[in-house]
Amino acid sequence: MKKVFAVMLALCLLLACVSAMAEDVTLKIAHIGPQTGGAAVYGLATYRGAQIAADEINAQDNGFTIELLNEDDTHDAEKAVNAYNSVMEKGAQMIVGTTTTAPCIAVGAKAYEERVFMLTPSASSTDVTADKDNVYQVCFTDPNQGSASAAVINEKKLGTKIAVIYNNADAYSTGIYQTFVQKAGELGMEIVSTTTFTDETTDFSVQVADAQKNGADLVFLPIYYTPASQILIAANSIGYAPTFFGVDGMDGILTMEGFDAKLAEGVMLLTPFVADATDEATVSFVTKYQELYNEVPNQFAADGYDCVYALVAAAEKAGVQTGEAAEDICDRMIEAMQQITVDGLTGTMTWSANGEVDKVPTAMIIRDGAYVGLDN
Amino acid sequence: MVFLSNLVNGISLGSIYAIIALGYTMVYGIAKMLNFAHGDIIMVGAYIIFCAAQYWNMPLPVSLLIAMVVCTALGITIEKLAYKPLRQATSLAVLITAIGMSYLLQNTALLIWGANPKVFPDMIDTGSLSLFGGQLLIKGETLITIAVNILIMIGLTLFTSRTRMGKAMRCVSEDRGAAELMGINVNSTISITFAIGSALAAIAGLLLCSSYPMLMPTTGSMPGIKAFTAAVFGGIGSIPGAMLGGVLLGVIEILGKAYISTELGDAIVFAVLIIVLLVRPTGLLGKAVREKV
Repeated sequence: MKKVFAVMLALCLLLACVSAMAEDVTLKIAHIGPQTGGAAVYGLATYRGAQIAADEINAQDNGFTIELLNEDDTHDAEKAVNAYNSVMEKGAQMIVGTTTTAPCIAVGAKAYEERVFMLTPSASSTDVTADKDNVYQVCFTDPNQGSASAAVINEKKLGTKIAVIYNNADAYSTGIYQTFVQKAGELGMEIVSTTTFTDETTDFSVQVADAQKNGADLVFLPIYYTPASQILIAANSIGYAPTFFGVDGMDGILTMEGFDAKLAEGVMLLTPFVADATDEATVSFVTKYQELYNEVPNQFAADGYDCVYALVAAAEKAGVQTGEAAEDICDRMIEAMQQITVDGLTGTMTWSANGEVDKVPTAMIIRDGAYVGLDN
Repeated sequence: MVFLSNLVNGISLGSIYAIIALGYTMVYGIAKMLNFAHGDIIMVGAYIIFCAAQYWNMPLPVSLLIAMVVCTALGITIEKLAYKPLRQATSLAVLITAIGMSYLLQNTALLIWGANPKVFPDMIDTGSLSLFGGQLLIKGETLITIAVNILIMIGLTLFTSRTRMGKAMRCVSEDRGAAELMGINVNSTISITFAIGSALAAIAGLLLCSSYPMLMPTTGSMPGIKAFTAAVFGGIGSIPGAMLGGVLLGVIEILGKAYISTELGDAIVFAVLIIVLLVRPTGLLGKAVREKV
């Protein structure tokens, strides 16, 4: 009899467990970002960060189970729309993405029509959120990055004569450049050289020589790390050593295969996340990331991680249920997003109605092959 | 002095275009086809050198030799599999096949070596030549590239004018049907042309990535297109023309960027090409061939 009772009890417990699991709301979240191609570093990082967050949430007993879908867009607008169509067919309810700006503008337009809620970890142009109430950002906007960079350079007196080299074929780079120039003008900073390049440029000698000729002591690089590495090499080869100041796209330069990290020594950048910070959340995230992927996470990984937590917080507030269609929850998510406060790896974040995040940027410098705070 | 240093940079970029253009022009001159995959064979060559040097610790000459062998094999295979069956087809069909081959190579490289760009190691360690008390710097890579260019140009000219095989190539180029009637094996002649072009691509890969040390699966495509432009500029099919066209193109690109606008650099290059082709449709050193009707 005791045995039967025990078995019954066990069964009850099991049932209770099952029913408790059934009560968990399953969120189908789709990550879209480049995982091959020139911008693969960013998409892989946001995906891995999101995956770690999803695993954590699934392991916890907080009423949510995350099913993370993933598609590669190779940093190409057309492929990104295909990726979007593919995840929507698989029943995605909301999107983490897309990682890079140009694809995000394309996907955002489609998602706006079809009423799908998007939270991008790292597409930072204002064009991403402009006229679209369904797209939110976890990263700073480009205007923020541009004007914050100008403010930091001015405040800390990092340079008096400034050169800017930017990619005029890229929305991200051009966006930051424009607000940087505007803010620099307001602050009375002197820009002595402005040169451009495109994605196809192989030779950077003209751009670097122009900055040197005009006596720039600080070169502002609102660009991704791949061309930035070529600019550092070109400057080094003519013995030109100004202060280089980058933005979040500079993150990744230290992990480039074959790149002599000594050249990046002293490069400054604005980034909201530092892997060697000592707070508990960062340490735990970095440890997990290193165990799983054998490298130190960059800012993008942290953005991806924060994205998933922000979505869960908003979904909880919006009362999203398992299997609800994306278009039915979009408006509730938008409303919830403006009410929540998320304490993430990249800072304490709140969102305004235009989709922009509010958090504090910090300036970092590369010393001995690692990022340290500029104030340290 | 700034002008001189821009000029040197232009010649440096141009000499890279020239070496790629030599491969284009040689294949075009003999097989009468545009091998758009040439730029991608250069990319493969650069990856092989990168792997040999970084992962297997081979010295530079051995790495280069391995890359030349692999590229030659690759060139011959591509020719056999993709172009030979189309020998009788229209030139348009061959052109499209070449573009397809270019994408195939890029995407295969993506699968093998991944997407993350690699920085090419500084293997040609020659230092640089400093003139006028350090005001004018000429990089060692530039001097070596120019020297290699001249050597290859002389070598190819001698090869096509003096050797039996070279003469056969010129025959095939002039009149394929007549050459065949004279007992020349057209197929093997074209294969050897591809073999030489691809071996040159390995050398071009080394020089390209030594001067501009960024290696990813699309590394060869833009320089390839620019070099093709250079070959047309100089007169496609002409070996000295490829060299002249390449160097001029590089100089125009750099000077255009330096003195007119960095934004218009590429536009200026192609505008000059259009003007040259309007004035001299066969390119600077191209021979006008009269069509007999």
